Amino acid sequence: MLAHLPILQVILPLMAAPSCLLIRKSTLVWLFTLAVSFAALAVSVLLLQQVYATGPISYQLGGWNAPWGIEYRIDLLNAWVLFIVTALSTAVLTAAHTSVTRELEPNRQTVFYTLYLLCFAGLLGIVATGDAFNVFVFLEISSLSTYALIALGKDRRALWAAFQYLIMGTIGATFILIGIGFLYMMTGTLNMADLAARIPPLSESTTVLTAFAFIFVGICLKLALFPLHLWLPNAYSCAPSIVTAFLAATATKVALYLLLRFTFTVFGVDFSLSHLPLDTLLIGLGLVGVFAASTVAIYQANIKRMFAFSSVAQIGYMVVGIGIGTVTALQATLLHLFNHALMKGGLFLALAGLVYQLGGCRIEQFRGLGRTMPWTMAAIVVGGLSLIGMPLTVGFVSKWYLISAAVEQQFWVVAVLVVLGSLLAVAYVWKLVEAAYFQAPAAGTEDETKAEAPLGILLPAWLLIAANIYFGIDTRLPVEVTAAASQFLLGGAAQ
Amino acid sequence: MLLASHYNYWIVIALMMIGLYMVIAQGNLVKKIIGLNIFQTSVFIFYISVGKVDGGGAPILTEGETLYSNPLPHVLILTAIVVGIATTALALALTIRIKRAYGSIEERDIQAAEDLQERTATQPQTQSPAGKEQ
Repeated sequence: MLAHLPILQVILPLMAAPSCLLIRKSTLVWLFTLAVSFAALAVSVLLLQQVYATGPISYQLGGWNAPWGIEYRIDLLNAWVLFIVTALSTAVLTAAHTSVTRELEPNRQTVFYTLYLLCFAGLLGIVATGDAFNVFVFLEISSLSTYALIALGKDRRALWAAFQYLIMGTIGATFILIGIGFLYMMTGTLNMADLAARIPPLSESTTVLTAFAFIFVGICLKLALFPLHLWLPNAYSCAPSIVTAFLAATATKVALYLLLRFTFTVFGVDFSLSHLPLDTLLIGLGLVGVFAASTVAIYQANIKRMFAFSSVAQIGYMVVGIGIGTVTALQATLLHLFNHALMKGGLFLALAGLVYQLGGCRIEQFRGLGRTMPWTMAAIVVGGLSLIGMPLTVGFVSKWYLISAAVEQQFWVVAVLVVLGSLLAVAYVWKLVEAAYFQAPAAGTEDETKAEAPLGILLPAWLLIAANIYFGIDTRLPVEVTAAASQFLLGGAAQ
Repeated sequence: MLLASHYNYWIVIALMMIGLYMVIAQGNLVKKIIGLNIFQTSVFIFYISVGKVDGGGAPILTEGETLYSNPLPHVLILTAIVVGIATTALALALTIRIKRAYGSIEERDIQAAEDLQERTATQPQTQSPAGKEQ
């Protein structure tokens, strides 16, 4: 049983997804989905423990040996990302029932959970697999279900957002497919470990360069790295609240994992950061992304959209970490991967509570919420502080590591810009605080908004927000794992 | 010489560019989907070309045949074709729903409807600063 953990991680939600259609009853399907997510979480915890204790696990699918058959390879990096995805999915799903019954029509609820599990399975598959073509297949499984999930949104704009994302996402995925094709042409293998061994002698080849360019741009489209982020704000703001929370907490993280996997493991650090000027490019795009997206976020009236732009900005920070490319910087990226999942998971769940009570989350609906919905609002404020990077929250930990990494390399400008970028986050979070605590509730709506968000949503939201504070104070677990993972990434690449 | 011997790759590049151009330039959603299909098909042809070995036969064990074409890219691309069909189906389904919701499948009309909706939604907000000052 223990030997089969890597495949169980993926096959469990994949098999469970069609089973949902047999159950049909909304509450039962929810409980079933939740159970599956808990089981996946348990598997990922076991995997993380095992990898941390004994090193990478290799699993041969169907008993076919590695370069010919498909290999699932779990090292510290993907064990960590698997843990983040399953943990956040479980927290988000706990809140799903309350939110979904309010936001979706009864006949669509079963379909919602089916799509959710498919997307979940796709994301886990991308992370678990050690085969480049397998990555493409799972990427499409998760993407196709994501487009459908977004289209479930109440507003007709959700349809348009889903269509735009479908076009961009398919171009991105096809670019990755082209890149993998070029790599196969040159090396004759699809196994990532095998590719990593065969690419270095070919690093001067134009074909390998072209492959890298296609894969890099394709992943960046999926990652919503500025300026390829145009699909993200619409998709996040129109999707059902639970979908937004799930995607914000997991999907971009998985895309970032792919970027790390391809630049560091497959192509190797020498090729990506020394041979190509990728470090400058990533730092530049990351910082421009931080400033552009944060500035746009300040002017958004729809708060879901505001936090969506803030997500684009946070992706910028993570990419800057990859660009700097030292152990500390990678650790900052991996920490921020976890921390940003906690922040945005908590924030979007709290917003789901708001949408449940108010039917929307525009800035004018926030007026006076400090009094009428104190707990929900407090969750948003703490999440916002974490986003800014206040000490005692997780946001501070990752920013601290990122700035130390920049200072270590004497990138003073980068360090200063990271701090300045955080100030922009202060501006948009303050806008919420001002509306909620210093303005009177809008006339006429006062009576309707007296209620707190339902406990079914509030508890999971606070669980994630509390995790923001807990891991901001007791940083041992994430710091230890990410330190080992980033050393492994750079060490593994140097061999 | 290069042009003639690698003609299949030139076709791939031409199709890829035509498809990508259609996705970007066409305002009609169905035409965009057709463009996306051409773009994906070019990649299928690319993979199939990659599998060809000069002078190789079909990869079936027969007497006297020692050189085979590589069947793996073909198998891979079967998966990609399925993915492409799923994408097209989903895109068409979305287009039908968009047509019902917006009454049009022209990007320009949809964008105009969006902008109008956004403007009416922000209307109360433009009044609100005045309300605050009172």
